[in-house]
Amino acid sequence: MRVSDQPLPRPPSHRSGYARWLIAVPTLMLGGCDMVVMNPTGDVAMQQRNLILFATGLMLLVIVPVMATTVWFAWKYRRGNPDKVYDPDFDHSTTLELAIWSIPMLIIIALSAVTWTSTHLLDPFRPLERTRPGVPVTPATRVLDVQVIALDWKWLFIYPEQGVATVNELALPVDVPVRFSITSANQFNTFYAPTMAGMIYAMPGMNSRMHAVLNRAGESWGYSGNYTGRGYSDMRFRLRGLSASDFGRWLVQVKQSRAALLPATYLSIEKPSEKAPVMHFGSVTPGLFDLAVNRCVEPGRPCMADIMRGDMMRGGGNPHRSGAHDPGIGGGTAPGHGSMPAAPHQEGHPL
Amino acid sequence: MSNTVIPPDTGMAIFGRLSPQALPLHEPILLATFLIVLLAGAAVLGLITRYRLWTYLWREWITSVDHKKIGIMYVILGIIMLLRGFADAIMMRLQQAVAFGANQGYLPAHHYDQIFTAHGTIMIFFVAIPLVVGIINFVMPLQIGARDVAFPFLNNLSFWLTAAGAGLVMISLFVGEFARTGWLSYAPLAELAYSPDTGVDYYLWSLQIAGVGTTLSAINMVATIIKMRAPGMTMMKMPVFCWTALCSNVLAIAIFPALTAAFFLLLLDRYVGTNFFTNDLGGAPMMYWNMVWIWGHPEVYVLVLPAFGIYSEITSTFTGKRLFGYSSMVYATVVITILSYLVWLHHFFTMGSGPSVNSFFGIATMVISIPTGAKIFNWLFTMYRGDIRFELPMQWVVAFMLTFVVGGMTGVLLAIPPADFVLHNSLFLVAHFHNVIIGGVVFGLFAGIVYWFPKAFGFKLDPWWGKVAFWGWVIGYWVAWTPIYFAGLMGTTRRVRHFEDVALQPYFVLALVGAFIILVGILGFVMSIVMGFLRRRELADTTGDPWDGRTLEWSTTSPPPAYNFAFTPVIHDLDAWYDMKSRGYQRPVSGFRPVHMPRNTGAGFILAVLAAVMGFAMIWYMWWLALIAFVGLLVVAVGHTFNMKRDFFIPVETVTRIEEARLSGGAQ
Repeated sequence: MRVSDQPLPRPPSHRSGYARWLIAVPTLMLGGCDMVVMNPTGDVAMQQRNLILFATGLMLLVIVPVMATTVWFAWKYRRGNPDKVYDPDFDHSTTLELAIWSIPMLIIIALSAVTWTSTHLLDPFRPLERTRPGVPVTPATRVLDVQVIALDWKWLFIYPEQGVATVNELALPVDVPVRFSITSANQFNTFYAPTMAGMIYAMPGMNSRMHAVLNRAGESWGYSGNYTGRGYSDMRFRLRGLSASDFGRWLVQVKQSRAALLPATYLSIEKPSEKAPVMHFGSVTPGLFDLAVNRCVEPGRPCMADIMRGDMMRGGGNPHRSGAHDPGIGGGTAPGHGSMPAAPHQEGHPL
Repeated sequence: MSNTVIPPDTGMAIFGRLSPQALPLHEPILLATFLIVLLAGAAVLGLITRYRLWTYLWREWITSVDHKKIGIMYVILGIIMLLRGFADAIMMRLQQAVAFGANQGYLPAHHYDQIFTAHGTIMIFFVAIPLVVGIINFVMPLQIGARDVAFPFLNNLSFWLTAAGAGLVMISLFVGEFARTGWLSYAPLAELAYSPDTGVDYYLWSLQIAGVGTTLSAINMVATIIKMRAPGMTMMKMPVFCWTALCSNVLAIAIFPALTAAFFLLLLDRYVGTNFFTNDLGGAPMMYWNMVWIWGHPEVYVLVLPAFGIYSEITSTFTGKRLFGYSSMVYATVVITILSYLVWLHHFFTMGSGPSVNSFFGIATMVISIPTGAKIFNWLFTMYRGDIRFELPMQWVVAFMLTFVVGGMTGVLLAIPPADFVLHNSLFLVAHFHNVIIGGVVFGLFAGIVYWFPKAFGFKLDPWWGKVAFWGWVIGYWVAWTPIYFAGLMGTTRRVRHFEDVALQPYFVLALVGAFIILVGILGFVMSIVMGFLRRRELADTTGDPWDGRTLEWSTTSPPPAYNFAFTPVIHDLDAWYDMKSRGYQRPVSGFRPVHMPRNTGAGFILAVLAAVMGFAMIWYMWWLALIAFVGLLVVAVGHTFNMKRDFFIPVETVTRIEEARLSGGAQ
């Protein structure tokens, strides 16, 4: 495996010395520096940001008057003020009570409607409908597949169609929809690229999805949002938005790496390590990601899907299919729903 | 074979995995702390011996079943643990303020990760819960006109079990390690495969023991409120604080078993090799997350509801008005109680439960803001047309209202799943829950302590230092946490020990400054107690009603006699004491009768010590000791049921003497 010889560029927002302080402090309230969440480069994150701004604005309609009234009442009805009405028995007003319950209720009804639709539209499992406002995704649009495996404590990215893989570096062509398949070797991490599309958990034994797109070329960082042990702080990856031509050049460069990501290589980089450098692999064993999801990269370890299949055949499973086999003791008794997961080697992947 | 050579297994059999390496002899920070604690502890023990206080402590406090003394002990425990938890906070803030670029800071991951775990665990389980339970314990029986809680011995046991859990956490500082898993010790990280040392075991055993105490206490409080209200006090004439205490404890009864079960299954995984929450062999780590959050989210309301009750009492007292919308306040509390069970999944929207499930839990979460908003408006309209005295408790209320609404707003924001997808587990989230917990719970607890302190001790806290505490906390909160909100919007995740991006540094330095301002607030609070004590004659409360209060606790002396009320009061109106005062109530001065009271017992303390010994032995695999302690627990618990000397009568002469002393004290 080859360690990338180009050093990681410094963060673009880096300013040295006092200048940084002079700029940062006054702009704190305005969000000057690098508010990626408020100034993202991906269409999904942009919609999430707009939602945050909309919801904040909606709530400020109540919050600001409440805060102002609090200060006003506190001042007006202080003991020292002679110009006030004191009415110790004023403890009920149907009109006011109606208002104080219905105003928050109206805001929440509006917000709930927005929540319902946006949660469905921006669900990370849902394929994108557009790559940017006004540019719909058509059946002809090329979708890039990237498989993400969270390891202790680094990120492994596999580009299955291109047959390459990287560690701690995720390069994406701009304006191309990306379909991430996400899992983890041991720990619960979140795959978090704040500038692109937020985050989703990377969990052992589960294949999570996220659909996203980057709209601007540029460098940023991705993280794990869930603490996983001593190397967690440095478990970050470089997120590089590249133009189509730059992405092509980058692919060529990665492909030139003579390192291959074989199951044995995977098992060695899976071992816990901290501050892992960027690595490039010019070739990848096909189906490696499915083995990782099924926790059977290690030779001789049974795949989870096979175990589940076996369990189902013995009666823990799908009653509709149990007729074909001898269900055995207790067969067909458990309520089975859903389909059985396929083990990687049964999907025709060469092993 | 020689009998003189001890086989290596013998040490293992006696001491388990405990060895001299478990002591922090190689860590200078810990060693220094350890020595200071040892010296200070020795000094305290020496002073107690010198002034012959052991018998006094044992008779009057340790074995006491008086709800007032137990409440005070809970609050003392909470304040001591607050100092520990805050020391952790300052260490984290220092680390995050310096650890940028080439500078790795002064804390290695091994140490830093224990600190943030201990900070969260201590602040929730051993600061917030003891303070809330303590204030409920002290105030609630007085407010409902009762002489003690329903199960006085159980109350003593609950306190000592909580203290035993806190003790185990403190021991972990010096013997072995604490968990490095975050304050909820999520599986699979907390499984034996990834956390093999004693840390998670310390976490689990201390919280299991304390959790039993909290559950028993909750049962006790609910029984007290249901069964022991003074005649005439219907549910809808009960002070709002008692309503919030009721709802909070009903919640606690319902949720703590879920936490106990989750911890128990994790203990089985760690001790006997089951696979409930492991990655393999059918284990489901997700199940652990669900179970701890089924406890965890309602727990927030267990803490904040009583704080809401405190704000309500204070607002009513210091505006000199009946609480606006009492019934709407009660309904809001009940609605929050019910809804709080239906929102736990919002802690992991990003696991991918699907949009319909996420929407349901998101909207359920937002709906909670409706009754909460109604409460804010109710306080607002209580101030309206009031005659507001801005004494310290009322200042805390106003600071709460201004701080808490912002935390509520960011909370609703986080309840929108697509927004949560960018904000989850970022520092924005961390800032949000500190906003609601400091601005909602902590401010309320301080308000409550300042408000009821004269009732407990007969003198007010020093007001000047109280103001230092107030401004330190309020300004410190805003300086410390506003930059953290912004750091979250910059995509910074939580629990990070070291940053690459130096542009973030000013935010963390500002947060550190804020933490030091909060430190001023904490010191101001401690000083307000010290100076209050030194100036107790000037600040004395001889009337029993220093704030012109409205509820029953102000009708008795400060501090109240052991039996609280010589005669059980009869209630006619919501603000019972205000009603009694306005109808020209005269305190009876004759016709006293003997008072039936529960008798002190040492059983609770002994059980808690045995529980702590058992926990310690299990943590270190000293099986023989664990077995002995466990058998001891059973023997003492069963033995206590044969203790028939559980009550006594305060003779009428004593009651008369106490009540006459009050008369000659110039009261009324």
